[in-house]
Amino acid sequence: MVSKRIIPCLDVKDGKVVKGTNFVNLVDAGDAVELAERYTSEGADELVFLDITASAEKRKTLVSLVEKVAKAIRIPFTVGGGISELSDIEVLLKAGADKVSLNSSIVKNPDLITMASKRFGSQAIVAAIDIKRIAGVYKVFVKGGREETPLEGLPWCIKAAELGAGEILLTSMDKDGTKDGYDLEFLKELTKQVSIPVIASGGAGKMEDFLDAFKFANVDACLAASLFHFNILEIKKLKGFLKDNEIKVRL
Amino acid sequence: MIALIDYGAGNTASVANALENLNAEYVLTNKESDICKAQKVIFPGVGEASFAIKQLHKSNLFNLLRIVKKPMLGICLGMQLMCEFSTEGNVACLGIIPGRVEKFDAEKTNVPHMGWNEVFQTKPSKLFEGIKDGEFFYFANSFYMPLGESTIAKTNHGIDFTAAIEKDNFFGVQFHPEKSAEAGLKLLQNFLNL
Repeated sequence: MVSKRIIPCLDVKDGKVVKGTNFVNLVDAGDAVELAERYTSEGADELVFLDITASAEKRKTLVSLVEKVAKAIRIPFTVGGGISELSDIEVLLKAGADKVSLNSSIVKNPDLITMASKRFGSQAIVAAIDIKRIAGVYKVFVKGGREETPLEGLPWCIKAAELGAGEILLTSMDKDGTKDGYDLEFLKELTKQVSIPVIASGGAGKMEDFLDAFKFANVDACLAASLFHFNILEIKKLKGFLKDNEIKVRL
Repeated sequence: MIALIDYGAGNTASVANALENLNAEYVLTNKESDICKAQKVIFPGVGEASFAIKQLHKSNLFNLLRIVKKPMLGICLGMQLMCEFSTEGNVACLGIIPGRVEKFDAEKTNVPHMGWNEVFQTKPSKLFEGIKDGEFFYFANSFYMPLGESTIAKTNHGIDFTAAIEKDNFFGVQFHPEKSAEAGLKLLQNFLNL
């Protein structure tokens, strides 16, 4: 049986990690690589890099970061943020990324999922879906959570899977930053409805939150950022805790 | 010198990086002459099987790969293409080892099979020398090779299937050693040591 995955997420801007500044005085892209190496040695199963750069130069700095990370670590990693063309995907995969995550662009153009998964394999295409409850209904948000769409959460996830996405990275905007636990209710329904792996994101604050997501919502992977960056939780300790609670993890 | 085959259907960057980590000399190539000169061949593959086979024909490598006599390691799709047939795009493959590649049943299990899974060695092989039985390796596949005579290691995702093969000079792994941390590097080193 495939093991459950723990995935630290690194937000990068102009090639630098932005959330990790309290952690190891990250000042340039080299330090993003250092952080990636550290997570790898602590037992992270994968890494996710989300580029939040807005400038026109973004692709160049991102590609150079991907190349450096790919040379430094021997675990898989995903790159996301503003990817809208097949050619963007090709460049990032060629630079050494294993997967790309697509968010706003697939809402605008759902066929991109199909085209990308046919060309690069569905294992390389992650549908990143941000949801927020509006008047009791889970709505899909894009552009880094700034823009509401008419789409509803669960149907859009199911459609993304049907169109050929290899994984869903589901972020609950209601939960994000609360340290109150993942959105178990939504995730539980989602894992029932789709047969592709689901990554839970948004809300992790303690080890039990990870256990709940694996045990009750049956997700394949849990993603967290600040918990790991600020050293609130060590990956090794977390995995030991999960193993003690009969969750299969790679130790 | 290792010939790392670049035929337009594989993410060769990661394998190249792993070879660099191991200080191995390699050439990224789709030329017959390079493959003939090399001591060993690595045959990666990512994506769709029928597209990959088309690419092999286009680069004139289809027949050459079937008859090479030096150690050759197929990775992921590269291993699957060594079979007789793949149901992914219903395509005739290299036919180095018997059997056909099948798709996981999405009714019974998650597809793709994605993540770290335990690999159990079913026959002794130099490829796994010094690697513990049940070691975790990273997989990302929607299709699988059923267990067969050439199987030297297996894993389970709903069903038991082939994680690694060996037949004469041909080796193959379903997982990605280049993405499987220390254990993966050890396996690649074992292949380099053959």
